[in-house]
Amino acid sequence: MGLAGAHRAALDIRGLCKDFAVHGGRVTALQDINLTVRQGDFISIIGSSGCGKSTLLRIIAGLETDYQGDAEFEGERINGPGLERGVVFQEHRLFPWLTVRENVAFGLGGGRENSRGESVREHIDLVGLTGFEQAYPHQLSGGMAQRAAIARALVNRPQVLLLDEPFGALDALTKIQMQEEVLRIWRAEGATMVLVTHDIDEAVFLGDRVVIMSNRPGTIKRIIPVDLPRPRDRGSYEFTHLRSAIYAEFFRQEDKPFAYAI
Amino acid sequence: MSNGQETSQETFAALEALKEHYSLPSLTFSVPRQVQGLVLPVVIAVVWEALAQTGILPANWLPAPSVVVATLLELLRGGELLGHIGVTLARVVSGFLIGALAATLLGGVTGSSPLVRRVLDPTLQALRSIPSMAWVPLFLLWLGIHESSKIALIAVGVFFPVYLNLLSGILTVDRKLLEVGQVFRLDRVQQVRRVILPAALPSYLVGLRSGLGLGWMFVVAAEIMGASRGLGFLMIDGQMTGRASVIIASIVLFALFGKLTDLVLERAAKGLLGQRGIEF
Ligand SMILES: Nc1ncnc2c1ncn2[C@@H]1O[C@H](COP(=O)(O)OP(=O)(O)OP(=O)(O)O)[C@@H](O)[C@H]1O
Ligand SMILES: [Mg+2]
Repeated sequence: MGLAGAHRAALDIRGLCKDFAVHGGRVTALQDINLTVRQGDFISIIGSSGCGKSTLLRIIAGLETDYQGDAEFEGERINGPGLERGVVFQEHRLFPWLTVRENVAFGLGGGRENSRGESVREHIDLVGLTGFEQAYPHQLSGGMAQRAAIARALVNRPQVLLLDEPFGALDALTKIQMQEEVLRIWRAEGATMVLVTHDIDEAVFLGDRVVIMSNRPGTIKRIIPVDLPRPRDRGSYEFTHLRSAIYAEFFRQEDKPFAYAI
Repeated sequence: MSNGQETSQETFAALEALKEHYSLPSLTFSVPRQVQGLVLPVVIAVVWEALAQTGILPANWLPAPSVVVATLLELLRGGELLGHIGVTLARVVSGFLIGALAATLLGGVTGSSPLVRRVLDPTLQALRSIPSMAWVPLFLLWLGIHESSKIALIAVGVFFPVYLNLLSGILTVDRKLLEVGQVFRLDRVQQVRRVILPAALPSYLVGLRSGLGLGWMFVVAAEIMGASRGLGFLMIDGQMTGRASVIIASIVLFALFGKLTDLVLERAAKGLLGQRGIEF
């Protein structure tokens, strides 16, 4: 799918492995990950806790540079963060001493003139926080803080936006609202999106493809294309069918499926 | 069934009537919140005054608050009091500034460079374990009995809480916020200026406040040990001349100015931190 005209590979990951040193031994977090993401694609990554989703995202973000195999962005090996790759973390990670406006402007460098710039105003508007420019993070609700974090990641106009369970801490209603918002932003910005989630519904609602990861060691179990037109109806037959297919896929890997199925 | 209900209703009514009959007039008179903290000191002062007036407390041992106030006014009229206050304030302020400045520089450097920290911090931690008063003879030997030895002692007292709090503030900066800085490709200097220092600010301000408190403690020590002016000198003078009222008047002044300078710092800190929603 993706946006019209854009079919170049933005991310190319081949044979990626990552292990961590843990008290003398080594723990394999990722093993033989292969994934190609075209520019403008929306990819959902889903998997149970501890399967290496965050690690994969952190490698793409350039926050983990000590990995084996290939991870390339626009044909170049990733070995550090870059402004073309924006990150939204699971917690909003806003700077508590800056206002919403200053937080959003953070990536543009210091200085007052930046925080008054057009791009800042535009992105605050894009995430629906107009009127809260002067508020400090502690004055925002969880959803508003997460939206401010999204605006901060977008203000440099990254080509790829990496989202690590950005709505994990939100209630179901706010979450649905935020998902709609992310789709709107994706259309407006045309960025490539890689979203990590543990919510099957969210993965299917948002993604062009759903990457299912399995646990210990973290590998990609399957990649399921979601060929449904947007806006997607969560209640439609195709949607629920796909969701239960993924659900089944998910739990086939576990030893005791029915312990989870209740 | 209905009988039982009636009984309980009757009992209830009777209890209400009793309550009405015996209820005492409300004893809670309302004191505005802001001055509730003043109630106890005022009560103490009144009781103290009464005990002194009736001669239960010997006047040469614990003079009445009114006598202390009279002594204060007398000293003020004599013209010497303002001079003593000025000298003590100047010592505290200059000792505080020197100590805090040194602590800020050293804390900043050790905080931002692991190499400097490994080299410098153990020595500073070792120096910290020397009881500060143990410096006095050395300072007197080096700097003489005049201002500089007193200011040096105060500066040493101020230094450690400021240094320790700044360093721990820097070292405990949330790694997650540092990662945000990394994602936006901040270099080392920008990371310090835009993330680490603002994040360490609350802890630094706590250090400054406790440093100031120690500064006041040390000025008393320095002035008691040998001074010809200052509030500490006034206390010793009161002791020599057997005037307890002068000693107590000095204590009151120390408390007053200690609180005032702390209030200035607190206000400044509130101005800086209030916006973050941090109670200070
Ligand atoms: N810095 C680290 N040091 C050691 N082990 C780590 C480190 N980071 C992650 N791991 C290990 O790697 C594995 C994958 O962790 P990761 O955080 O990527 O999981 P996740 O899929 O994001 O889980 P969750 O859904 O709970 O966030 C885990 O077993 C974890 O213990
Ligand atoms: Mg994670």
